[in-house]
Order: sequence, then structure tokens, then C-alpha cells
Amino acid sequence: MALDGNLQQLVFGRLTFEAIPIHEPILVGTFAVVALIGVAVLAAITRYRLWGYLWNEWFTSVDHKKIGIMYIILALVMFLRGLADALMLRLHQAMASGGGEGYLTPHHYDQIFTAHGVIMIFFVAMPLVTGLMNYVMPLQIGARDVAFPFLNNFSFWMTTSGAVLVMMSLFVGEFAQTGWLAYPPLSGIDASPWVGVDYYLWSLQIAGVGTTLSGINLIVTIVKMRCPGMTYMRMPVFTWTSLCTNILIVATFPVLTAVLALLALDRYVGTHFFTNDGGGNPMMYVNLIWIWGHPEVYILVLPAFGIFSEVVSTFSGKRLFGYKSMVYATAAIMILSYLVWLHHFFTMGSGATVNTFFGITTMIISIPTGAKIFNWLFTMYRGRIRFDVPMMWTVGFMLTFVIGGMTGVLLAVPPADFVLHNSLFLVAHFHNTIIGGVVFGLFAGIVYWFPKAFGFKADPFWGKVSFWCWQIGFWVAFMPIYILGLMGITRRISQFEDTSLNIFFVTAALGALLILFGTLAFVAQFAVGYLRRKQPAYADATGDPWNGRTLEWAVSSPPPAYNFAFTPVVHDLDAWWDMKERGYARPLTGFRPVHMPHYTGTGIILSALSLVLGFALIWHIWWLSAMSFAAIIVAAIAHTFNYDRDYYIPAGEVAATEAARTQLLAGKVAS
Amino acid sequence: MQRVKALPLLLVLAMSPLLAGCQWVIMAPAGDIAVQQRDLILVATGLMLLIIVPVMVLTVLFAWKYRQSNRKADYDPDFHHSTKLEIAIWGAPVAIILVLGTITWIATHRLDPYAPLARIDAARPLAADVEPLRVEVVSLDWKWLFIYPQYGIATINELAAPVDRPIAFRITSSNLMNSFFVPALAGQIYAMAGMQTQLHAVVNEAGVFDGFSANYTGHGFSYMRFKFHGLSQDGFEAWVAKARASDDALTRAVYLDVERPSEADPVRYFSSVDAGLFLRIVNMCVPEGKACLRDIMRSDENRISGLGRMGNPAALASARLEKALAGDTLCTPQSPQGTGPATLAGLPAVGGAPYGVRIFSE
Repeated sequence: MALDGNLQQLVFGRLTFEAIPIHEPILVGTFAVVALIGVAVLAAITRYRLWGYLWNEWFTSVDHKKIGIMYIILALVMFLRGLADALMLRLHQAMASGGGEGYLTPHHYDQIFTAHGVIMIFFVAMPLVTGLMNYVMPLQIGARDVAFPFLNNFSFWMTTSGAVLVMMSLFVGEFAQTGWLAYPPLSGIDASPWVGVDYYLWSLQIAGVGTTLSGINLIVTIVKMRCPGMTYMRMPVFTWTSLCTNILIVATFPVLTAVLALLALDRYVGTHFFTNDGGGNPMMYVNLIWIWGHPEVYILVLPAFGIFSEVVSTFSGKRLFGYKSMVYATAAIMILSYLVWLHHFFTMGSGATVNTFFGITTMIISIPTGAKIFNWLFTMYRGRIRFDVPMMWTVGFMLTFVIGGMTGVLLAVPPADFVLHNSLFLVAHFHNTIIGGVVFGLFAGIVYWFPKAFGFKADPFWGKVSFWCWQIGFWVAFMPIYILGLMGITRRISQFEDTSLNIFFVTAALGALLILFGTLAFVAQFAVGYLRRKQPAYADATGDPWNGRTLEWAVSSPPPAYNFAFTPVVHDLDAWWDMKERGYARPLTGFRPVHMPHYTGTGIILSALSLVLGFALIWHIWWLSAMSFAAIIVAAIAHTFNYDRDYYIPAGEVAATEAARTQLLAGKVAS
Repeated sequence: MQRVKALPLLLVLAMSPLLAGCQWVIMAPAGDIAVQQRDLILVATGLMLLIIVPVMVLTVLFAWKYRQSNRKADYDPDFHHSTKLEIAIWGAPVAIILVLGTITWIATHRLDPYAPLARIDAARPLAADVEPLRVEVVSLDWKWLFIYPQYGIATINELAAPVDRPIAFRITSSNLMNSFFVPALAGQIYAMAGMQTQLHAVVNEAGVFDGFSANYTGHGFSYMRFKFHGLSQDGFEAWVAKARASDDALTRAVYLDVERPSEADPVRYFSSVDAGLFLRIVNMCVPEGKACLRDIMRSDENRISGLGRMGNPAALASARLEKALAGDTLCTPQSPQGTGPATLAGLPAVGGAPYGVRIFSE
């Protein structure tokens, strides 16, 4: 029975029963809950015979709309994990600052704040951004899908594999205890010998493949697939920000891939890129990771800026003020975002002139950003503003984000940064911009485009509850964090001597609790909307529930698989508004067959194999690594022999779909 | 109301000099450098509020005035461009950033942590003959080692300095990257293995202040704290005497023992320190027989530059000269045991190197 030690190592690498954290009651409890919910969901899917439906209609789908929705669902699920991490940290700090030691061991605490950062950036914000771009952008440019539909499906599943790997680390082994950027030498093999950093490396590498490919895909889509008449300067601002974001992704994610690969080499084969001795230099890692890391924050926030532009213009009933300066501002931010990375480590001891250069380039970014804020402001000026939920998020953003921007510029002044760097002031600052900018923007976007995707509106009452809980919760949670930073308290500390800090940490924990309520209300608005979807106030028969301005509102809600029966022709900015103004009549006859790509399971298969590869590499199960890698290559090559790639939706089917919509628009069908 | 939520921060920032009486150490520091950094925070914040406050007021105002139900307000759906407004929109932030950028240029150079101090505080310039207190700081896993080369003493997890005497810190790490931070004294600077950073500061008030690592380093990080004592001259001398009375000596062997990872270490004093220990720590050659970084790097450099200068007799000669000089230093691959402390004491101080570069040339 007993396996010889060498044999066991050969078969299982360093994976043993000790790797299952059964001695951690919190993890065992979490696992029990997750397992129960998981079993319930799987049972329900089996009970209602949904496996075939899910596989055929969703998992293998190459439809950009379905992939977009799957990205957003992935992000919201991961958001719950990231939020749970945040609540645990808040609770621990509130306890530990009150004279106790808190309830988390350093080993556990350090994993939680690392996982919180990694999950929120890579597996919440990124999939939300990619999901919204995926769903909305092709509709905005009058395209029938993205340029490479299969690649899109593959990208989504690679991101999912990365997320699954992070979640596995919760129950098998450990996650990194290094902070979300895993600086060496702490992340090197000497200081972090076990699997935590390897989980970090491989989950990000796998997800990074998806992100990079999706970036290429969306750039090509925007460049090559805009409908006739849609010149660059007639593209909706959200499409513009998508273009700039994807250019940033394609330009910077390879840097991340490279730097993580070098760290992996240090850890796996004993190279000395980032070690203290042997000729390595850890500061090279810090430079490289921030050359990716700073553009990354603009990757997240630019699409949010695009969403605010769409929302503010739609709900003010006005064309966006200063469209051109908005476009130039976006492009300027895109370029400048490469020139500021050193502001993340002024304290490394660069010369004053180097620090000044990067401080001032950082400040310069606030100029186009400021111009954007003014543009939104003057779009509201002389408008007729409807305060639906997306608009509330937008106004909330404008009032919150300017404070985050201000503290950001403050941190860009090197001597000020010397006292604020790594402090809780910094933590408050970036939550101020990421929550106030990215989260508010993406939430506005989700509520705004929700009726387009599902054909009914989310419930406005719960939407407003969600907004107020988040808005107030944010300030209650992060105001004390700003203050603690000014009191000289730094980040990632789990033990506190000074009990006078307690009141601030308790307040912050209450704020986090409000944010939790806001999150539950955010989910509730869709559930309530679903229950009331037949009511006239909720159902969207027109496809244009907000009196929109851009092309996505020209099609039905939800749009047909082919998006546009006829490719639209654009004559002006705000193409749909222009069409409505000119009394555009929907064509009712003359439909032609629509050329469509086939669904394929290759993406999910390749990603599942990548997941196995990642797991095998983490646990040093070399035979499995080799086999799964070979399987990936074989599956990818086999896929190229699949010539049955496309089909036509017959003209009759298109005509029937469009006729149904005609009836809906005429109100002949009870909606 | 949305505006109400932003108000607390504005008020706090505006009133911070008033609120700063007690624990807000960043806003009420005890050293001139930190005071100047605090002033810079206030000036920059005030400057930015010039544009932030109007934006927030206008946001609330427009949101209120142009609400759909207010039919008395103008509605002009075609108002989407105004050259004058756009100039103002871009011009206002440009103006603020021009001013702030200028301030940043001046302040960053004046408050360069590598620059020796020019004054004791706003009222008192520094006399030319004042010898700064030299402190060599080493971050260990997970505690701080302070070496006082002028006094031949060292401490673990306790730092002291006389009030109003400039302090020149040289900072390195034995392994993980920490950040040396005493908020009451001055801003932080990284402590990196194999590299040396610098910090100049002065404490103007007597007292006991918190110091710690501001950069996360894993398991024992939360306990990596020390007290910084700002003392009178007499108090400082008494403190030095207390350290000198210790039975412990910080030899290379003792250092290697102290260096091993430990958490929440008590304060410890050493009455003597091996000469050149800090230089060996920076060069990662404290263990007997381990080659020093700068010697490895110099021999690498000579090998490479020697090859590169083959066609240039003058350069080759100078490379040979350098190589000959290199043979005279502490420890080389050829002579791993080194030539002993006597030679080391004769070495020029490893100052002046531009930021965290490896210390391989004098």
C-alpha cells in the first residue's frame, strides 16, 4: 500500500495530503459552504437538464454577446470572493487594533490581502471591462461579431482557468503571501519556497494569454469592422476608450508575461534575474512590473470613462460636449500612462531629477483627465438630466473621483510621496480611484446596458439602494483609511500596538459592511427586475429604453444572434440619434442570409488543459505537465483541421426574427 | 446628498494644521525634513483644491439645476462645442500643473534624501563645522540593526539621536526589501540587499517616536518596529554609554547569528562592532570566504572592458592599473579571505554613489 517516497514524488510531485488545509477552521468552513452551493448548483443543472443547453448555447458560444455576459458573470462571482477577503481583512484589523491579536494568523492574513488585490484587479475589474467591451463595442460600430469569434471564446475560458486556479489555492496548498505584485526577493524561492507564488504566477500567466488575445481581437474588430460611414471621429466614445485600452493591453501585457516568466525561471530552474546575489537585481522586477502595472490602471479606467461619456450624454439628452477633446484626452492618457511607472517607487532612491521627471509626467496626466471631467460637466450644462441609476453612478463618480485624483497628484510629488508611500493614505487613494472610477463606471455600464442584453430593466429601487450604500459606504470605509495614513500607519500590517487607532478601523469595517449591502442590493436589482420583467415599466419592447444615441440601441433587446439584419450606414456622430432625427424607417423586407461562425468547444478544451498544466507545474508533477502541454499542442493543431467553421442563417429565418420584432414594436405582442 | 459625503475630506484637509495637534504624525512631525514634506502636502493640496472645489460645486449645481423636472432651466441639446470653454477646460488644469510642477521641481531637489542638510530648521542654518551623526541602518528579517561608526556601537530595534544634530543614514538590507521609515523624522527610503541608499534628516524635538518598515516583507513584518529617541546632547551621551556598557560585541560571527530570521526581537546593544561590517553587509560578504560583490563586479568589469579595449593601448593600461588597484582591496576571488580589517579601514567611504547601484567603485 505505502508508496515509496520517490514514487509518490514522481506521481504527485510535492502534492501531499498535508497540502489540504484541514487545520484551518475558516478554510474548512468556507470549503463546506462552497461545496454545498456547488453541489446544489450542479444538482439543479442536472435536475433541469441544463447541461446540454449550457454547453451548446453558452460554453461553446462564439457570439460576442454571450461571451460578454459570461465575462461579467465570472467577474461578479469573483467579486464576491474579493469582497469576502476585504471584509475579513477589515474585521481582523478592527479586532487587532482593539488590543487583541485578531483572528487571522500572519500566514493566512498575508494570503488574504494578496488574493484580494490579485482577484479584484485580474479577475474582477479585467473581466468586467473585457466583458462590457465585448458586449457593447461590436454593436456600437455596427458589426455582427468580433474579428476572431473563436479566439474570443478561447480568451474567455483562459481567463476563467486563471480564476479557477486562484480559487483552487484556497483549498489545495496556499496562495502567495507577497502582496499583489509579488516583489522579489520576497517572492523568490528562498523567501517563498512553497506553492503560493507558483499559484500566483501560473494563474496570471494563463489568464494573461486570454487578456492579450482578447486585446488583439478587439483592436482588429475596431480597426477593420466598423460599418460604412463610421470614421474614427464618428466612433462612440466608449469604442474609442475600448480601442485605447486594448492598445494598452497589447503593448503592456507582454511585459507582464515576460517579467513573470523570468521570475518563474528564477524559481524553477535557479536563474538569477531577480535574486539578491548571483548578479540578479530585484529592482529590475519592480521596474518591469510597474511598466505593465501603471498602464494597467488606465486599462481599467479608460473604458469606465467611456461609459460615463455615453451615460452622461444619453441621460442629459445632449450630444457629448467636446467630443474631439474627449478623444484626444483619451489618446493622451494612453500614451502618457507609459511614462509614469517610476512614481510607484520614488523611495527606491533615484536621483532628484529622475524623480521630478516621473512626478511631473504623472501630474500631466491629470490635465487630460481634468478636461474629461469638465466635458462631462458641460454635457450636463443645459441638458435635461434624467436621474436613472446609471446617471446617479456617474454623478457619484464625478464627486468621488476628483478627490481620488487629487490625492493621486499629491502622491506624485516625490517629497510628499516619501511620507505617504506604502501608507494607508496610498491604499485609500487607489481605492478612491478604482472604486470611485472603475467600479462606479462599470456598475453604471452594467445597469445601462442590462436591458439591452436581457430585454428588461433592472429594478430602479434596488439600484438606488445599491448606489447609496456604495457611495456612503465608500466614504465611511475609506475616510478613516486616509486619516490613518496621515497618522503614519502603513499597509499590510496585521498587528497594532496603538489602541487609539481602533475607532478608525471599526468605522472602516462598518463602511465595508455598507458596501456589502450595496453589493447585495446590486444583485437584487437584477433579480427583482427579472421577477417583474413582464411589467410595462420594466420590459423593453423598443430596444431603446433610455432614448439612446448610439447604434446598440437600434437593434432589439436582446439583439438577434446576427446583431444587424442590414449593416447600418452612419452619417454622423451619435448615429442612432441621427437616424431617429431623420425619421429612419426600419427595413421590413429584402433580407439576405447572414454568414455566421459555428460554435466550438475547442476554447474550453484548450483552457481546461491549460488549467491542468498550471496545476501540474505548481505541484511539480512533471509527467502531467508534459502530457497536458502536449495535449494543448495536439488539440490546437487538431482544431486547425476543422474546416466546418461557418454557416448561413437563412433569409427566411432572418425575416421571421425581424417580423417578430416589427410586431413587438407595434405593440401587437404582449411583452 | 452627494456633496455632503465629499465634504469631510475637504474639511479634514483644510483643517489638518489645526487637527494635527496629537497623533497625526505626518501632519505634526518633529523633524525639519518631515515638516517641509508636510508643508508641501498642504501647499499642493491647497493648490489643487482651487480646481477641485469649483468642479464639485458645479457638478452638484448642474445636476440640480438641469434635472429633468426643472422645466425653467434652459435646454440646449445642440450645445456641444465652445472654443472659449475648451480653452478654459484645458487651460485651467495646465495652469495648476505648471505651478505645481515648478514647486515639485524645486522641492524634490531641495528635499532630496541624498543631499546633506543645509539647515537645522526654518530659523537656523547649519553651521559649517557640524559633523553629522552617521548611522548605518541594516534591515534584517525581521528587525533593525543600527550601527554608529563614530561611536563604535550598534543596537537592535532602537535608534537614538541628539536633537538638532543632522543625521546621515546609510541604509541597506541583509535580504528582503524593507523601507526605513520614521514618520516623525523624515520620509522613507528603501532598504535593499546588495545596495546602499541614503537619507539625511534632523530631529528638532526631544521625544520617543515610532519607526518601522513600511514595505511588506512577509511573516514577521508587523513586528518590525523600533523606537526612535530624540535626546538632548547629555541624554544621547548617556545612551551611548549605556550601549558601551553592554557585554555583547557585534563581530562578523555574531552578526551572522543575529541576521537569522526572528520576530519581535527585544532591544539589544553592542559595545563594539567589527570594522567595516556595514561595507561587508552591503557587499554581501560577511561570511568568511564569500567574495564581495564589488570585487566580483570589478573583476567582471575588468575582464569585459579589458577585452573591449584591446585596440586602445591607453585604455588597456588604465584597465591594468585598475586591476592592480583591485588586488589591493579587501577580498577578491583570488584572495577570498581578504586582507583583513586594517586594509578595510583604509578604504574610502562608500558614499556618493548614485542611488541603489551596486557599490563596486570608489
